[in-house]
Amino acid sequence: MTFRKYLVLAGITVFSTLGDSLLARGMKELGGASLHNIPGLLLAVLNPFVTVGIILLIAFFASYMSALSWADLTYVLPATSLSYVLVAVIARVRFHEEISPTRWLGIALISAGVGFVAAGPSSTTLHERKPLAEHEEVHS
Amino acid sequence: MNNAYAWGAIALITLAATTGDVLLAYSMKRVGHVGELWESQGLFAVVRRILATPTFFLGVLAMAVAFYSLLFGLSWGNLSLVVPASASLTFVANAVAARIFLHERVGRRRWLAAICVAAGVALMAM
Repeated sequence: MTFRKYLVLAGITVFSTLGDSLLARGMKELGGASLHNIPGLLLAVLNPFVTVGIILLIAFFASYMSALSWADLTYVLPATSLSYVLVAVIARVRFHEEISPTRWLGIALISAGVGFVAAGPSSTTLHERKPLAEHEEVHS
Repeated sequence: MNNAYAWGAIALITLAATTGDVLLAYSMKRVGHVGELWESQGLFAVVRRILATPTFFLGVLAMAVAFYSLLFGLSWGNLSLVVPASASLTFVANAVAARIFLHERVGRRRWLAAICVAAGVALMAM
């Protein structure tokens, strides 16, 4: 794992968290959006919070696709679940919300899970092919 | 009765999200290492290669199904049940599906990670 790969994983976490919260904030500002008000939903894009939120979610999708191109799904998914922890940290620091003991336990479990995968290899399928290719080269 | 609808929605969300994730992961493995491709052939080549992969669009479609099932699920069940239950089940379902369909080696370390994260996500919502 290079530094750049950790940067992509961090990008997935940060972009999805910020994108979701900006989108939520923008939609709350507009108030009562519903499927019965389609023009209202389309105009929601003009709200700056919604616009930036969508751009961040596109950045999230791009970094998620990039990570999946070199790492296993079972590696990327737990690694990016840190966004749940990030939301709690933002709520604590920025909005001074209390974090209940149950949520602390949740944060500990997610962090432990991330630690378990991060300590292992990022790809098991690519490692499978590599020795085979080297083996073939020896014989040819 | 409403509860049965909510769990039906949770099952549908989990199934669609897992299908989407597996299809997207499969597509990106076929596209190849995006960073290396970008450096050697440019961003345009990366985009063209992704757009030429049919399973990528199937994956996006499955993700859209998961998103709309979530919207319907929220009208049948509580936010505090539907969101954490489907998110947490998706982590476990993905570990099983990645092992079967993507032939990833899900060892003890990764099982433990999937279960820890699934339990953690469920606890965070309480």
